[in-house]
This record gives sequence, structure tokens and C-alpha cells, in this order.
Amino acid sequence: MNVLEALRSKVWLSAGLLLIGLLLLPFLVEAGLGKSWVRILDFALLYIMLALGLNIVVGYAGLLDLGYVAFYAVGAYCWALLASPHFGLNLPFWMILPMGAALAALFGVLLGAPTLRLRGDYLAIVTLGFGEIIRIFMNNLNSPVNITNGPQGITQIEPVSLFGFSLGKTQEVFGLTLSSPHLYYYLFLVCVALVVFVSMRLENSRIGRAWVAIREDEMAAAASGINTRNVKLLAFAMGATFGGLSGGLFASFQGFVSPESFNLMESIMILAMIVLGGMGNIWGVILGAILVTMIPEALRYTGDLQRALFGQVYVDPADLRMLLFGIALVLMMIFRPAGLLPSKQRKRELAEEAP
Amino acid sequence: MDIFAQQLVNGLVLGSVYALVALGYTLVYGILELINFAHGETTMMGAMISLAVIGALFGVAPDLPGIVIVLTGLLVAIPSCMLLGYGIERVAYRPLRHAPRLAPLITAIGLSIVLQNVAMLIWGKQYIAFPTTLLPQGRHEIFGATITDVQIMILVLTVTLMAGLVTMVNRSRLGRAMRATAQAPAVAQLMGVNINAVISATFVIGAGLAAIAGVMVSANYGQAHYHMGFLLGLKAFSAAVLGGIGNLTGAMLGGMLLGIIEALGAGYIGDLTGGFLGSHYQDIFAFMVLILVLTLKPSGLLGSKSVERA
Repeated sequence: MNVLEALRSKVWLSAGLLLIGLLLLPFLVEAGLGKSWVRILDFALLYIMLALGLNIVVGYAGLLDLGYVAFYAVGAYCWALLASPHFGLNLPFWMILPMGAALAALFGVLLGAPTLRLRGDYLAIVTLGFGEIIRIFMNNLNSPVNITNGPQGITQIEPVSLFGFSLGKTQEVFGLTLSSPHLYYYLFLVCVALVVFVSMRLENSRIGRAWVAIREDEMAAAASGINTRNVKLLAFAMGATFGGLSGGLFASFQGFVSPESFNLMESIMILAMIVLGGMGNIWGVILGAILVTMIPEALRYTGDLQRALFGQVYVDPADLRMLLFGIALVLMMIFRPAGLLPSKQRKRELAEEAP
Repeated sequence: MDIFAQQLVNGLVLGSVYALVALGYTLVYGILELINFAHGETTMMGAMISLAVIGALFGVAPDLPGIVIVLTGLLVAIPSCMLLGYGIERVAYRPLRHAPRLAPLITAIGLSIVLQNVAMLIWGKQYIAFPTTLLPQGRHEIFGATITDVQIMILVLTVTLMAGLVTMVNRSRLGRAMRATAQAPAVAQLMGVNINAVISATFVIGAGLAAIAGVMVSANYGQAHYHMGFLLGLKAFSAAVLGGIGNLTGAMLGGMLLGIIEALGAGYIGDLTGGFLGSHYQDIFAFMVLILVLTLKPSGLLGSKSVERA
């Protein structure tokens, strides 16, 4: 066996081990940390999808979008309206999911088109306003015609179901009893794999390189023959598609949506994932998404820590975790502005810029 | 006609608050080309600190004249917020002055989260009532609209502060240093301007105005809340953009205009849309204005500077 073959077999071996590890993960987590953590794991996967979607817009194309959650909301509400007793509709998921994603993409273009000229902070503020407008409409479109059911949100949303096999309840598969969070874990895992694959292929494609060119210098990119308008709109649409997809999955998984799930804080969280992990780097973004989802959950245990240290709970851990999260954001930016796993390109840029 | 006049008065009062907060955004942007995202939280802190002082003082000495108690609250809140503004610049912005532009934005968001949660831990999640009985309760009729004493005080104070600020920027030594730094920081430094001191001063002045605005808004609505700074900050920022960010007169004009647009919009949106949209859509006007201005005339109403970087 020559070196190359040995190397290749090693790659396959580690990929196989990773796959087995990912397949077993929910069982290990359930055994080690308890049932609630399987749900948290599911959410981590959802957020990976969202973060990778936003990464296309912010990380690749350099368009700072603070209203990303609006697309998530569009996807979620699309599913909620088409598969719940609210309108008495129950369309199958293979119809709704593409519809939600397409609708989100349309909204992406709608947001992108008027903001093509804007860059940086201004774009951030406009997208933020856009996200808030969508949320205000969701909150208020319950009268005179009840479309979104207002702040109460929509309940009893149908779970994903394929050929009568519903992911919403406990199922027996090959003699294994799998609860709903377990089943969703595998569905989300497949979706994440798909999104990662698309992201990787995009990164080095013609379009991906055009995005990076625009990020670095829009005028130079235009001078090199890139149609900046179309390419930017494509970035918005692509990111929004991933957002809409995750939104639909979120609605089916949660079984309930309300405008509260789609506030600005959520957009900031997703942005924080990208920035903490390392903008533009797929693995960094995945790491960021996992950390930002898990750390606030883990900080709930500060209650036990306080009890152990002081004998009583001084500060409600739920209140404390956002405070710690804010501090972490500030410290991270000051000490490691390129993120935990920076993309090669950004690393080079920062090295150049350093005085 | 009554509704129109009344909403105009409400809009002017609301606009005064926006204008004062917008001045803080515009001052900082003019010099650093940076959106101080934590500015809204400074306003909130101003309101909360003054309310805490007012409440404590009222508990200890209820016989003092109401206006003295409120003024004491204000006089404690202003320096506290100035200190906060100074701290924000030192912690979140100064270390990142040469970093990529996204970095200070994230630290600012991080600081807003921190300030909000600190306020929540100190004062709780409930709304805190402003003891409105401390202030004069008079009501006056003009052109069919009712205006309260508190509203008159807000308007007068705002105009005074604006006049003071404009004089300061145009006439004083510090004002000249600020203008020089805004135009060309490197050259200003060569001419002997201490840039760091000027930037700190800018943040401190903005924070002082924000503290006053915070007290005003809580006095006007009779309440304060740890979450109030966020939306207020966003709207004030929209006002600054509407007037032309970096331009002092623009911020004042934009604030007043936005207040009036919001008040009139909330008053008439029901009639305009045949009852389809109600006054609870009040909050979308600021964002609509923001998006329209940025897409149609990104330099704002009075902004002459090219907004190439925007």
C-alpha cells in the first residue's frame, strides 16, 4: 500500500468513526445528561443550519444582515399555516418545505433589492428594521382577518410525517424505541449534512469566489466583470432559503410558533455564532452554533454552583446567562476578533492589518 | 382637526426625546463613523437611575418640593450616565479602533445585552412607575389640543439643550477640536488635538443628553422598564439617519420629524387603511422611514457628506 492509499483509507476511517459517533450521540447524551439535552441537541442542529445560511450572506458576501430571523419566521409561519388546524390545512411536508424555502428566498430578494447600495452598518440597521417589521406584522395580523393569530401564535402544528411514519411520536425502528426528539435528530442531521455540502460546494464555486470578491472590494469586483447586483441578490436569496428551511423544520419540531420566537435577540444570537466561531469558515460556524446553543443551557447549572459556593441562590441562573453571554461577546471581540476557528483568508488579513 | 393638533403636540414631545438621543448617535458617528449601539441602553440607564434616586428621596423626605426631588434624580443620572458613556468607549470601542468594522458592532451589541441584564438584575423585570404627582399637573388648551406642564417642560428643556450644544460645538475650544477630529483625525492630532480626549468627551456629552432624554421619556409616559432603551435607541438612530447622520441640525430635525410622523401615523393609520391596520402598528413607521431614507437618499435630509462608506 502506498502513502496516498494509506492516507485515503485513514480519511475514510475517520469519516466513518465520525458518522458512527454522530449516530450514537443522542443516546450518549440522553444517558449522560438526561432527556432534555436531546432536544437541546436538536436545536443545536437547527441553529447550525441557520448559522450556515447567514454565513453565506455575512461570511462570504460580507453583507451584514441583522434581520436574518425574518426568513426563519417566514419558513416557520409557512409551515404553521399550511399544516395546522388554524386554517384546517394539512399539506404534506415535501410540499410545504420547498414552498417555505422559496417564499423565504422571495423575501430575501425583496429585502436585498432596495438595499443593494448600502454597506456595513447601514445595511445592518435596515435589515434589523426589516426583521422588526416582519415581527410586528406577525404580532398584529390577527384582526380584522385572523391570519397569524397574533401574539398567541399557532398551536398544534403537524409534525413531519412520511408515508404515515410520523416523527412526532415515539416509534419502533429495527427493534429500537426512538422518541420524537431522537427521530428529529436524525432528520436534522441529514439536513445539516445537506447544508454543509451545499456550503462547501458554494465556497469554491464561481459564485462563491464572486461573493468573496464583493466582500473584499465591490468596485474591483464590478470592474472584473461580476454582475454585483445579481450576485448580491443571490447571496440574500440563498441565505434566506436556508433560513426558511430551518424555520419550517423548527415549526414542525416545536409544534408551536409565536412572534416571540423571532425577535431581534435571535438574529443577534445567530450572528454571534458566526462571529464567535469564525466568519466564513464552515467548521468555525458549526462550532460557534454548537457553543452558543449549549453554553446558555449549561449556564443554567450556575444555580447549583451558587448553592455550593454560597449556600443559596442569589441570582436566578436564567437571568444570569444572558449577562454572561454579553460579557463573552465583548471579551471575544477584544481578544480574538477573527473567531475561534478563523478562515484562512481572514487570518491573513488580520495579520496584515496588525501594526 | 382636534386629533391632528393633539397628535402634533404628542409628536413634538416624542420627537424631542428622539432628537436628544439622536444627537448622541450623530456626535459619535460624525467623529468615529461608528454606530454606538449601546446608546439606547445609556438612555434606559438614565431613566432607571433617576427613578431610583427619585423613589429613594421621596421615601426619605416626602415634604421636599416635587420639582427638587425630580431635579436631584436628574442631576444624579447625568453624571452616572456620563461615566457610563466614558466606560463604554474605553471598554468596547477604543481597543477596537483599528479592527475590522464588524468587531465594534458586536462588542456594542454585547454591551447592550450586558447593560440590559444588569438593569434587570438591579431593578427587576416589572415596569417602574414614575411618581408623576411630583411634577406640576397643569393642562393647557391650544388650538384644540391639550398640552401638559410636563410636556411644556420637555419642549423647553430640549430647545435649551440643543441651543447649548450647537453653541458649544461651534464656539468653544472643545467644539472646534471635535470638528477638527471629525474632518481629519490625523491632521487634528498633528495640530495638537488630543484625539482620545475628544472622543471620550463626545461619548460623555452624548451620554449626558441620553440621560436627560431617559428622564423625559419616563416622566412623559409615567414609567420605565429595563427593556425600554432598545426600541428608543433604534428609533433615535432612524431619526439621526433621516436628518443626515453626522449632522447636528439634521439629528434635531430628524428627531422632531420622526416624532411627528409616528404620532400622526398612529393617529391616522386606521382611517387610511380602512381599519385594516390599527395604531398598534405605530412602531413600524420609524423603520419604514429608515428604509425609505436609506434607499432613496442615504445622506439624509441635511447630510451633504458623501456616504460612500455606508
